[in-house]
Formats: sequence, C-alpha cells, structure tokens
Amino acid sequence: MGKIVAGIGSSHIPSIGNAYDQNDQSPEWQPCWEGYKPAKAFLKEKGVTHAIVIYNDHGTDFFYDKCPTFAMGAADEYPIGDEGWGVRDLPPVKGDADFSWHLANSLIMDSEFDLTVCQEMVMDHGLLVPLPLLFDHDPEWTVKTVPLHINVLQHPLPTPNRIWKLGHALRKAVESYPEDARVAVVGTGGLSHQLNGTRFGHTNEGWDEEFLDKIEDDPEALIDIPHDIWMERGGAESVEMMMWLGMRGALTPDVNKIHRSYYMPMLTGMAVTVMEDAKAA
Amino acid sequence: MSKETGHSDHIPGTTVFTGQRSAKGLQLNKFAYSLRLAENRAAFEADPETYMNNYKLSDWEKQKIVEKDVKALIEEGGGSIYMLIKLGGVTGEGLASMGAQQRGESVEEFMKTRNVPLKQNT
Repeated sequence: MGKIVAGIGSSHIPSIGNAYDQNDQSPEWQPCWEGYKPAKAFLKEKGVTHAIVIYNDHGTDFFYDKCPTFAMGAADEYPIGDEGWGVRDLPPVKGDADFSWHLANSLIMDSEFDLTVCQEMVMDHGLLVPLPLLFDHDPEWTVKTVPLHINVLQHPLPTPNRIWKLGHALRKAVESYPEDARVAVVGTGGLSHQLNGTRFGHTNEGWDEEFLDKIEDDPEALIDIPHDIWMERGGAESVEMMMWLGMRGALTPDVNKIHRSYYMPMLTGMAVTVMEDAKAA
Repeated sequence: MSKETGHSDHIPGTTVFTGQRSAKGLQLNKFAYSLRLAENRAAFEADPETYMNNYKLSDWEKQKIVEKDVKALIEEGGGSIYMLIKLGGVTGEGLASMGAQQRGESVEEFMKTRNVPLKQNT
C-alpha cells in the first residue's frame, strides 16, 4: 500500500545546483551543504521509494504560450533540461508511470483536482536543485520521482488554499495506491527573494523564520494570505513559497519535526525542513 | 486593483508579471526562452540582428536587448526575468548584474548590500 512517510521543504535556488556541480566546498557554502545532510540521511533511514516533487518550471519546458496551472508527469524517465547554460551532468530522472497514472486517476476522479498530465516533461532546476541533495543518483537515481509543476510565475496564480487542498488530494491518492510505495512529498521554492525592479534583492529573514514556524506548527495560518501580502513580505518572486503548502497538506496535522536549517547569504533564503508523518513514526 | 489578476501594483519598485504584461512581452519572452537551446544560442551569437528579427522583435526591444536594459524590458516591455536571464547564457551576464542594473548600481555596489556575496552568480 502507498504510504506517505516524510515531508521535505527545500529552496531550489539555481546557484545551489552550480555550486553542487562544481563541488564548491568553500566556507560560504557549508551552511547549505550541512542543511541537506540530515534530510538525505532521514530519507534513506525511512526507506523512501518515491518522491512527489512540487516545483515550478522556469521556462525549461513550459512557456507562457500554454501555461498549465497544475501539471504532473506520467513517465518512466524525464530528461535533464538545458536552461541556457548547458545540461547538468545528472542521470535522467527516474519516474514511475504506473504510480503517476494512479495519482492522476485519484486526483481527477476522486478529488476533482483536474490537472494536466504530461507523458513527456523536461526537468528544470525547480526539481533538479533539491533532488541530488536528497537522494543518491550515481550511477542512477535510487528514488522514483513524480514531478508536479505549479504555475507561480504568470499571474493569476493558484491560491495558497488551493495548493493546500492539492496536498490533501495527494495524500488520498497515495493511500489508495495498491502497491507498496514509501513516499516523500517535497515542496520546493523560495524563500524570500525579489528579482525584478528597483526592489531587486529584497529579502526578509524575519518572515522566512515565521513561515518555517508556521509550516511546521500552524500551516492553516498561511492558506488565506493573499498573493499581494506574500509579495510584500517576501518579494515578488517569493510566491514560490506557497508550494510548500502542497507538501504540508499531504502530511498529518501533527508531524515529528526532524530537522530545519536556514541560511540567507545573498539573494534568496535557503531553507531545508524535514518532517516525519505522524502515521509513519 | 485589477479585476483580472486580483492584485494591485502597490509595492514600490515591483513589476508583478500579470497576464496583460505577459501578453505584451510574448515575442520578447519567446525569443529569450528560445535561448535555452544550444543551437539557438549559437545562432543568436553568430547573427543577433537576424535572430531577433526572426522573433519579430520591435526596434525598441532590440535596442534594449543590445543595451542590456533589463529594467526597461521588464517595466515597459512585459519581459519576464525568468526568460530574460537566459540571455546570460550568451552574454555571460548573471542575475546579480541584471539586478544591479535594475537598481541603478554597479555589481560591486550591489554586492556590498549582501550578507555573503557568493561567487555563483545566478
């Protein structure tokens, strides 16, 4: 039977991927690397077989001509995308089409969450930054991944409440899977950052910490916050943070807090949280 | 308050990427999006004018691209930073330099405002 065992929250800042590929061990990167070590160890300890990764594409596969609000992959393999600087040296992401189709059936038929299903999907840094830091991948991935894209670039965006409900629907879908699957749900993005205008570089460490508190202990306090307020507090591009609610909504209301780290070096808050589902303890 | 998007442009120094702006910048962003592919980067680098004309860019858009005026492309042209950053794959410009330009600063000045100025520039 399918079982959700863990929830992971992670930033997906491209520079983390660059530094990872270059094996940059300089002191300024240590807080980032240290943050992921307990996460990776916990996922291994829990025997995670599948990861549902909630992320947004940034112009790797999707463009604004056709821009799905929610889209999920249903393939056994996903190629690594070129985002403009060449293709990263990672093996193609391993998928599980049967599992994805089960999720799609449940989401659409049982929960009326009618997302776009993609049999071909090229992977973006939104997913590829956290994945190698969480799972072994040499020579091939030890986890089967379901990519789940949310449009958080072109307004109108889905509301945080809708993303929260997606989490509930994911839990229902996983728990109705007849095969054995030990699932981690990974919510990615943020934290505070702004990349446009004279307000470029806006960050907000106080809000980031408050957000991390609420994700763990009181996620429902976040679901009615309008987009304007997310942008005002965390910067225009920080609306990505809403995607963590899809992860949190898939977990039990109470969770075991396993790990949390936060680091704000330059443009964007780097965060990692690890939560154990109360029913998987 | 926009009825279509449900939010206002009330945050100073901020250009929210609305549907209307996306429509205005469709060709510009399509051009930038195309640069994710290596063969397109090579074609643009070899003959920028022809490449930009193939995307039906206006004289204003072409001029701002050549001037690396990201601020104008976003504020006036409907540009999306997530697409414009792909220009950096050809020009070598990173996010920090595009940010400094928008703030009206040099990269050095901008870096002084950061907690830890990382070398990785995206």
